[in-house]
Amino acid sequence: MAQIFHRSTNTLSRVTIFGAVFIVAGILGAVGIFVRSPYVTREGVPVVQPVPFSHKHHVNDDGIDCRYCHTSVEVSSFAGMPPTETCMNCHSQLFTTSPVLVPVFASARTDMPIQWNRVNQLPDFVYFDHSIHVNKGVGCTTCHGQVDQMPLMMRAASLQMTWCLDCHRDPAKYVRPLDQVFSMTWQPPADQLEAGKKLVTEYHIESKTNCSTCHR
Amino acid sequence: MLRRDQRRATSDEQRGKDSFSFFILCSSFVLVAFLVAACNSSGSLQIMGEQPRYDPYEASNFYANGMSARPVISDTVTFMQPLTNTLLYEGTVDGELATTFPFAITDAVMQRGQQRYNIYCAPCHGALGNGQGVVAQRGFCCPANFHSDRLRAAPVGHFFDVVTYGFGRMPSYGQVIPARDRWAIIAYVRALQLSQHATLDDVPPDQKNKLGNTTP
Ligand code: HEC
Ligand code: HEC
Ligand code: HEC
Ligand code: HEC
Ligand code: HEC
Ligand code: HEC
Repeated sequence: MAQIFHRSTNTLSRVTIFGAVFIVAGILGAVGIFVRSPYVTREGVPVVQPVPFSHKHHVNDDGIDCRYCHTSVEVSSFAGMPPTETCMNCHSQLFTTSPVLVPVFASARTDMPIQWNRVNQLPDFVYFDHSIHVNKGVGCTTCHGQVDQMPLMMRAASLQMTWCLDCHRDPAKYVRPLDQVFSMTWQPPADQLEAGKKLVTEYHIESKTNCSTCHR
Repeated sequence: MLRRDQRRATSDEQRGKDSFSFFILCSSFVLVAFLVAACNSSGSLQIMGEQPRYDPYEASNFYANGMSARPVISDTVTFMQPLTNTLLYEGTVDGELATTFPFAITDAVMQRGQQRYNIYCAPCHGALGNGQGVVAQRGFCCPANFHSDRLRAAPVGHFFDVVTYGFGRMPSYGQVIPARDRWAIIAYVRALQLSQHATLDDVPPDQKNKLGNTTP
């Protein structure tokens, strides 16, 4: 019986079988890159707000401390969002004719809250607590980036589980002295690992990787 | 009356029927599971990442102002706040402005006061308490200069009253700063006042030689 396929198809079939492995691996790799990409994690994407509130102006130019507005960040799981009265503390006199502040004045007049759009948000099955991090030497910038350079707030980290775990496995890489937690200028020193190890013993920081730490 | 082998035949038949209905039962469970999964993707059932509970400050259309949390009713006091302790919570003794602090002013209290002052007061009153904070420089009219004879002579209870309830153009901070912290801040304001009004007589004798030869 005559050969249906030419001899060269042997090579072809081998290449396709072999190639399929690469194609599958390639697709998996692409998916992997995609789910970690800013498109999915919203990392570095500024969030549009009803009032173009600028941390760059208020924190960097005016030197207002985070805790003036995010009052509960040291004592509670929730960092706290400033009520309209907090804005009015200053804007009762400043920029009173500015059109960008119209929603703030409307809110103060009608008692309806300003609806800020969430920037950082974890799924409901994850438990997160600001107070423990802030009180054990994890600074705002470690998780939220250079907030003082953001005209509009954006996510600075993926907030994925690997990100949390990277630090929880070895907090020494990131912890800083307690008086620097709110500092926007602190940079890790050259000997961060050693300095971090010292702080870890000093502040009794544990490496918490048990699932029930965050899923409870 | 059934004979023994007859009876066994019946129960065999029965068992066959039983296992058939067991099969039906199982498959209907599987079917329901599939239906549930199908519904889930259309959002009609609970999704773990978005659970039927409110995050802090999450929007709700149940109340007219769109908030899930209820506002604090005015004149609400802290749980278990001893209403008789007017010194600590009102800064008054027998209806008169207090002239003493409700607790001993230690170094730790002073440190706390300095930190809280720099968060909540320095934006307007300035780090020195001279009324020249950044916000004042941006045009917020006239935060008080603490270094006047009137304010040096004012009882601490007056400061407590100003911080708690506001004063003229100054907003109130009673809702934001816990009572003990307000007292700590006032202790620090007293220290600021001293720092800008010290005379040579305030310097301990053994420290005087450190001041150099510029003594008038
Ligand atoms: C004058 C008040 C004010 C000060 C001071 C301030 N913030 Fe904010 N912050 C806001 C407001 C209002 C929002 C909501 C609007 C937005 O997301 O930009 C916000 C949002 C945020 C968010 C995003 C919240 C979310 O939805 O996930 C982060 C993170 C944050 N602030 C961090 C900081 C840090 C860190 C500092 C100190 C360096 C700081 N803020 C100082 C008022 C303030
Ligand atoms: C401690 C005083 C203070 C508080 C509190 C405050 N602001 Fe401001 N705000 C300022 C000052 C000062 C400026 C002028 C910024 C500059 O030019 O440096 C400003 C400017 C602005 C502007 C003008 C646009 C810009 O960024 O230049 C907006 C909008 C604004 N603030 C929104 C808000 C909102 C919303 C809040 C409440 C969450 C708030 N501010 C709370 C002091 C304050
Ligand atoms: C360990 C990382 C980490 C540190 C440190 C941290 N944050 Fe956050 N922050 C988060 C995460 C994660 C969220 C989202 C929380 C959620 O969705 O429940 C968040 C949310 C917020 C929000 C929105 C309100 C809320 O609580 O959900 C604000 C405001 C905020 N952070 C401010 C701050 C400030 C100010 C500091 C510094 C004192 C700080 N954060 C330090 C991780 C961190
Ligand atoms: C940069 C470092 C860092 C990052 C990032 C970080 N954590 Fe932590 N976390 C810590 C440290 C340090 C502690 C304190 C551990 C101790 O000693 O108890 C802690 C403690 C916690 C605790 C409290 C444990 C308890 O027993 O109460 C929770 C919950 C938690 N982290 C959740 C998270 C989640 C969720 C994320 C990611 C969204 C995250 N953390 C990201 C450093 C970090
Ligand atoms: C330090 C905190 C932390 C610890 C510890 C932790 N997780 Fe998570 N986990 C998270 C966060 C944050 C997310 C949300 C990730 C996201 O939104 O992409 C998550 C998501 C998940 C998800 C859902 C994944 C998805 O893509 O939706 C599963 C499943 C999970 N975790 C299982 C575990 C198991 C099992 C353990 C223990 C071995 C564990 N987690 C320990 C923080 C943690
Ligand atoms: C938003 C700006 C602002 C902030 C923040 C602020 N103040 Fe004031 N404060 C003022 C202004 C404006 C006045 C002058 C009020 C007047 O005379 O109408 C004032 C006046 C005062 C006075 C003098 C009252 C008198 O008898 O004349 C005291 C005391 C005082 N503030 C203490 C504080 C303390 C303590 C804090 C911190 C908790 C603080 N203030 C924060 C704006 C501010």
